[in-house]
Amino acid sequence: MMIPACRLADLPRGEAFRLDTDPPVSVFHTDDGEVYAIDDTCTHQDASLADGWLEGCEVECPLHASKFDLRTGAVDSPPAKLPVRTHEVVVEDGMIYVRLSTDAPNLPPCISARLAGGPA
Amino acid sequence: MRTVAVVGASLAGLSAARSLRKQGFDGRLVVIGDEPHRPYDRPPLSKEFLAGTLGEAELALETEDEDLAAEWLLGTRATGLDHTARAVRLADGREVRADGFVIATGAVARALPGSDGLAGVHTLRTLDDARALRDELARGGRLVVIGGGFIGAEVASTAYALGLDVTVVEAAATPLAGPLGATMGAVVSGLHADHGVRLLCGVGVKGLSGEHRVDAVLLEDGRSVPANIVVVGVGARPCVEWLAGSGIALDNGVKCGADGRTSLAGVVAVGDCANWYDPRAGHHRRVEHWTGARERPEAAVATLLAGGAVEPGVPRPPYFWSDQYGVRIQFAGHAGEADSVTVEAGAADDRDVLAVYRRAGRPVAVLGMNQPRLFMRVRKELAAATS
Ligand SMILES: Cc1cc2nc3c(=O)[nH]c(=O)nc-3n(C[C@H](O)[C@H](O)[C@H](O)COP(=O)(O)OP(=O)(O)OC[C@H]3O[C@@H](n4cnc5c(N)ncnc54)[C@H](O)[C@@H]3O)c2cc1C
Ligand code: FES
Repeated sequence: MMIPACRLADLPRGEAFRLDTDPPVSVFHTDDGEVYAIDDTCTHQDASLADGWLEGCEVECPLHASKFDLRTGAVDSPPAKLPVRTHEVVVEDGMIYVRLSTDAPNLPPCISARLAGGPA
Repeated sequence: MRTVAVVGASLAGLSAARSLRKQGFDGRLVVIGDEPHRPYDRPPLSKEFLAGTLGEAELALETEDEDLAAEWLLGTRATGLDHTARAVRLADGREVRADGFVIATGAVARALPGSDGLAGVHTLRTLDDARALRDELARGGRLVVIGGGFIGAEVASTAYALGLDVTVVEAAATPLAGPLGATMGAVVSGLHADHGVRLLCGVGVKGLSGEHRVDAVLLEDGRSVPANIVVVGVGARPCVEWLAGSGIALDNGVKCGADGRTSLAGVVAVGDCANWYDPRAGHHRRVEHWTGARERPEAAVATLLAGGAVEPGVPRPPYFWSDQYGVRIQFAGHAGEADSVTVEAGAADDRDVLAVYRRAGRPVAVLGMNQPRLFMRVRKELAAATS
């Protein structure tokens, strides 16, 4: 599924834009001008990676500082152990579109439980 | 260096073992831990694990396919370090010879004198402690938490969510005034009252009453607070008794340089047991937080492998988080150095706040309640400004 996110001109370098999909997806504009999309929720606990710190092609989780590679989704340091899903990005006529991955997301236990209707 | 022995198999010990391999050490690696468990994460013990929303498997710190090619001696306590013979002595009589040592024995929860053998009285530091407390909380009743610090507050918050009747007793006038300063300590500990958890401040505990099982907490002002479960959260002390007689310099834990080096060659110390020199402050500080135990072993291991011949860097300012009553609390820096605190976003009364601590106008610390984004920004500025 292709989802329009925002205009490239509205997303300054170094910033992130969160899409209200379920689960949410975030689009990052790096300082080098690249645009990437990954699942917004950290795989460790319920934190929004769009609130994190972008440095090069990595975003540092705002809670416990695991770092995710925007290109591959790989996590480089604990406490998170699983990668985040990455999504394809297309920029057309100045508009950023995200093609959602069909892989299963790696959501943290608290969120998976909620989606499964268990305790929050 | 051919053999390295890491003593303590928790976050700091595991982080050291990982750093050793990452930094190219390919010799023999022995990890000694007195708990029978593989390394597990402690922060959830007072939160999700205690609440029953996170299981034991999810506490594991190692990833599934991780192999550090280490020998794990678990369920074995180190009882001594013989520096001349370059060996760690174990409680079962064995000895591990090595040429490099990482001390990562952490801290143990302080107990309340005279509470031994009374059922219903708990401390919370290990997985075994948490299992026992979780089982008791599941039966419900009246809980009294002695100590309004972070662990005490987290237990109170978790128990409240489980439906228990909760009272927190704190000897100081304001809980958390040490780490957060009096103003923000009052704001954060206001969370208890917001949720109808009783907070009794400025009164010490005289003792506990009960025959076999605790039935009340006796206060110094003569009051008695009924309880069928008591959690003692009065801090932790570094686990360093086993180093007595080794010649290592001890002072509120293992005394270390800014890179983890100790007074003995070939020995570094990391995590909650280590009292590192803080070059920004000009004195030693022992930091009992997750992030330091996770990050600092990298520098200590570099020092160990280089035989001490590396320049110590300046570590990031200490950082910790706490989750209470659904509020995310984050703190970085040192509140004690500040001469002013200002709320820069949100409102203290709403428990949604970003507060910056300054000394002579320069930021020295930052507190966030449910403000991860702004908090992260100030935390980064703090690290940059003071390095
Ligand atoms: C309930 C709880 C909640 C917490 N929540 C937070 C939080 O929200 N945020 C935060 O920043 N920090 C939190 N912390 C603190 C954080 O967990 C610690 O800072 C961290 O665990 C320190 O790691 P460490 O490896 O230095 O020590 P420890 O985790 O204490 O590990 C030391 C290990 O060494 C072993 N050991 C001790 N003596 C010997 C010996 N002689 N021989 C062999 N082994 C020995 C111990 O049994 C233990 O397994 C929490 C701690 C607890 C207990
Ligand atoms: S929530 Fe992201 S590292 Fe913990």
